[in-house]
Amino acid sequence: MPVKVRVPTPLRRFTGGIDEVAAAGESVRAVIEDLEKRHPGMRERLLDDKGELRRFVNIYLNGDDIRFLNQLNSQVKDGDDISIVPAIAGGE
Amino acid sequence: MSYVTNLKCRECGQEYPIKPLHVCEDCFGPLEVTYDYAKIRAAVSRATIAARPHNLWRYRELLPVDGEPEAGPFSGFTPLLHARRLGAELGLKKLYIKDDTVNHPTLSYKDRVVSVAITKARDFGFTTVSCASTGNLATAVAAHAARAGLRSVIFMPEGVESGKIVGSSIYGARVITIRGNYDDVNRLCSEIADKYGWAFVNINLRPYYTEGAKTFGFEVAEQLGWKLPNHIVLPTAGGTILPKVAKAFKEFKEVGLVHGGEFKIHCAQAAGAAPVIHALHKNTDLITPVKPDTIAKSIAIGNPADGFYVLRAVRESGGWGEMATDPEIIDAIKLLARTEGIFAEPAGGTTLAVALKLIAAGRIKADESVVVSITGNGYKTLEAVANSIEAPLVIEARLKDFDAIYESLGDGKRSLQGAA
Repeated sequence: MPVKVRVPTPLRRFTGGIDEVAAAGESVRAVIEDLEKRHPGMRERLLDDKGELRRFVNIYLNGDDIRFLNQLNSQVKDGDDISIVPAIAGGE
Repeated sequence: MSYVTNLKCRECGQEYPIKPLHVCEDCFGPLEVTYDYAKIRAAVSRATIAARPHNLWRYRELLPVDGEPEAGPFSGFTPLLHARRLGAELGLKKLYIKDDTVNHPTLSYKDRVVSVAITKARDFGFTTVSCASTGNLATAVAAHAARAGLRSVIFMPEGVESGKIVGSSIYGARVITIRGNYDDVNRLCSEIADKYGWAFVNINLRPYYTEGAKTFGFEVAEQLGWKLPNHIVLPTAGGTILPKVAKAFKEFKEVGLVHGGEFKIHCAQAAGAAPVIHALHKNTDLITPVKPDTIAKSIAIGNPADGFYVLRAVRESGGWGEMATDPEIIDAIKLLARTEGIFAEPAGGTTLAVALKLIAAGRIKADESVVVSITGNGYKTLEAVANSIEAPLVIEARLKDFDAIYESLGDGKRSLQGAA
């Protein structure tokens, strides 16, 4: 299931400066595991020790916050867009 | 002279230089400005501050700026009113309203944070400033950018009040409304900031922007005679102001401007956008985002960036929080208007409605001092209450027509008390 993943600036040191990379997996969690294989160091930035999404990371699947879907188990289809966005932003 | 040390990650402690950065590269935690408090303690006194102009820069040693700031020369130092009539209705002798409905120039607390952000945007050499906003921030960025000679591009969710669209565009800002809610706007703007390198005041300038919110707390303490209140009630949307007011009170103690004094800080949210209150009441740190649905559009944020820090500040202080429904918000707006002559936007109605609940629950006691924080102006959100007011009587310009309705107006005493 190849998908496109938008990579924010703080993570681009793992992707050689590239802002959009390809990855594959049946779920968001599987996509993160695949990202880790292709770009070692990514997983630790996204997931905590227990394998849960870090507090200050938001992941959007086709524009929807995965916390409104099935969290890290949200199903991923061919051609989906995943965006990783630092949570710290905003203020009315 | 600058008293700023650097930027530091609130989570892992990693340090960064003073640049337009907001996220820790190691753990994605928020970056915060740190100061040399020993140096500040030696440099400031109540007398030096009291002698300065009545604007937010009177606390400049505790703000992340160097030299003479140009933005916001009349921003901040809004009234702290001793609310005697409202207090009498609620059985409180020491009830105060911190009234940012009259902040200069755009009538909300956002004039504080934007004064700092625009100053930093110029320092960093940006020519375009931008923001994701529910409206009040939009008008503040547009106005302050105009005066600073910067271009502004403003992003808001569709459906915000017309006063906020007109009140941004009038300054020459380019307004873009997004089909979605604030959280959608915020996500898009994070991606735009990352791609185009504009100065988003509440994204890549966020560590500086949020520091401006401390001035709300500094003023409360100074205006109470260099004392902290027993209680302060603040609205929470993205979660900027509440932790920063807690920080302000702690900093005033740290640098010796107030001596002691424990305060409880309480959080107010609209029931239709209350992810922080849900977490508080469930006694968890985990904030589950919601899809906002409330007339309090300025605080209609379902995924608050700093919600975690709001919870922490409330719990550390021994405070609490409640939520208010739309009808409760409207009732509170009317109560504040008819008792104190202050017209708050729905965020202010939310804050007062929650204060009423805290008083009723015995969390705020009759002999304690309490500050209710009114952060935005009702003239910008007329739609919210337009259907909840008594419609005007319409008559011909003839005395006998007035005679016919005179009795229905009641005597002076009755009209003074009005309809509750």
